[in-house]
Amino acid sequence: MNRNQRFEIRIAGFGGQGVVTIGKILGIAFSIHGGRNSVNTQSYGPESRGGACRSEVVVSDGEINYPYVRKADVLVALSQVALDTYLEDVKVGAIIIIDPQAIKNVPAPERFRLYPVPTLAIAHEIGDVKYQNTAALGALYAFIAEMIREFDLVQALRENVPIATVDRNVAAFEKGKKFVQSTFVLEK
Amino acid sequence: MSPNRTDLILPPGAHYLQGSQACAEGAITAGCRVYAGYPITPATEIMEHAAHRLPQVGGRFIQMEDEIGSASALLGASWAGAKAMTATSSPGFSLMQEVISFAIMTETPLVIVDVQRPGPGQGYITTSQEDVMQARWGHHGEGSIIALSPASVQDMFDFTLEAFNLSERWRTPVLLMAEETVAHMRERLVVPSRDEIQIVNRTRPKDLGIAPESYLPYGHAEVPPMAVWGEGYAVNHVSLVHHTDGNVTRYNSSVHLENVSRIHRKIEDHVDEIARIETRWLEGCRHLLVCYGSVSRTGVEAVLEAREQRNIPLAFIRLKTLWPFPERQLRAIVPEVDTIFVPEMNLGMMKHPITEALRDRCRRVVSIPSLGSLHSPELILDRICEELA
Repeated sequence: MNRNQRFEIRIAGFGGQGVVTIGKILGIAFSIHGGRNSVNTQSYGPESRGGACRSEVVVSDGEINYPYVRKADVLVALSQVALDTYLEDVKVGAIIIIDPQAIKNVPAPERFRLYPVPTLAIAHEIGDVKYQNTAALGALYAFIAEMIREFDLVQALRENVPIATVDRNVAAFEKGKKFVQSTFVLEK
Repeated sequence: MSPNRTDLILPPGAHYLQGSQACAEGAITAGCRVYAGYPITPATEIMEHAAHRLPQVGGRFIQMEDEIGSASALLGASWAGAKAMTATSSPGFSLMQEVISFAIMTETPLVIVDVQRPGPGQGYITTSQEDVMQARWGHHGEGSIIALSPASVQDMFDFTLEAFNLSERWRTPVLLMAEETVAHMRERLVVPSRDEIQIVNRTRPKDLGIAPESYLPYGHAEVPPMAVWGEGYAVNHVSLVHHTDGNVTRYNSSVHLENVSRIHRKIEDHVDEIARIETRWLEGCRHLLVCYGSVSRTGVEAVLEAREQRNIPLAFIRLKTLWPFPERQLRAIVPEVDTIFVPEMNLGMMKHPITEALRDRCRRVVSIPSLGSLHSPELILDRICEELA
């Protein structure tokens, strides 16, 4: 990432899926542990009604002026509504991570690269649907590994989930990451 | 009250906080130990954080019955010697105007945060800058006001701290005119070391060696020293027109003029000390963009893109202080330009004092409004290109 270049991440789903939590964890990992600048915002007002939920992280080594995502480099969509809503607002060549169980209507990957990751299934393996968000975070990490140290991200994860759930959250992160690394050939 | 635990204020170093949390932490760092409030979207997170944190540092949190009660409670807390604050959003800010006027006249230091949302009426719950005129002119009667406009999480900490310092220094209510945008975003906040943080406390009569028997509650200085209950001084808080001794029965028009003029002048004669602006690329500019609050983040981005991609010689000015309006400072630095653009999250409010200050320096002033959401850089840039085409 060049100086002053923005990297924009958008995570979207339904309220309760933990998209706000992983947005905040990413923000902390980049800014506090990783030494970059980041702004984290979350859906609010009209768009947060009806259960839809969105979290954004803008990352840069320079000053971050406009605080919101303009065109996402990465979109994590955990619901069909989320994908349909934000598909238009991604950069050409963007990485889109979807959960195949939630998203049945999959668009043809023309302007972007689409990666189905079974985050919900991983969460069930770990023992609770509430770990879907950290499974998605692990999957996301696999795509942005050159931007952030895994140690920094896991550290931020550990510090920002309830103590009793730390081990299972880290396990979900690990499974999400491994799924991506073992399933897809990642382009540089 | 439990002991004041200055060891439990936010430690120096990097923190990743929401603007609302940074605001409450800035207040606590400044020495605020009383928060009285009533919840309202999108200001509630400040209250929640204050409710959580104030008891830890030996302060008091009170949920009041409404916004008038909330602001009024600050008067009593301040008269008892505490630094006190509340936070609300636009409809609640309307209700607080009576107390703001009372605090101006009684010269009571207190801090009110308005996390602005769109109006009129209940309007909406998103972001706004529609109260910037109400901040200055909403209270009845004469008297000036100090109002600051934060644009980042760091500002939410720094400007809240500064708001307390200004209120103590000038014995006056200070308004932090925040917006939903800046109150809800999370960013890194860097808290400086304790010895780098300047804390201002109000001057008391004993600081000036004034004996209780010769103390004048509204005398001695342009900003009168303020006595606290229980120290042996006559504590007399008067919102009727008063003499320097607080007497209200010997009314005449010259006393009236002297009383209210001093309260007005103690702010307006010191604009250069109080108000701050930020400038970029003024040298050789042909056009100028003036903004404040979170719009200045979009604004600076739009100016950068206009300069780099469209070759437009556009300069940038951010008003960090809205009131007192820094007219003299602007006139001292702004050269002759063609167009001044003023993007605001209202239909054109600060455009008016900007026009008044710079009308002989430009051909025209163009408002770029957005209601309910922060301008995108494209919105500002497209409008600039359209106007200059």
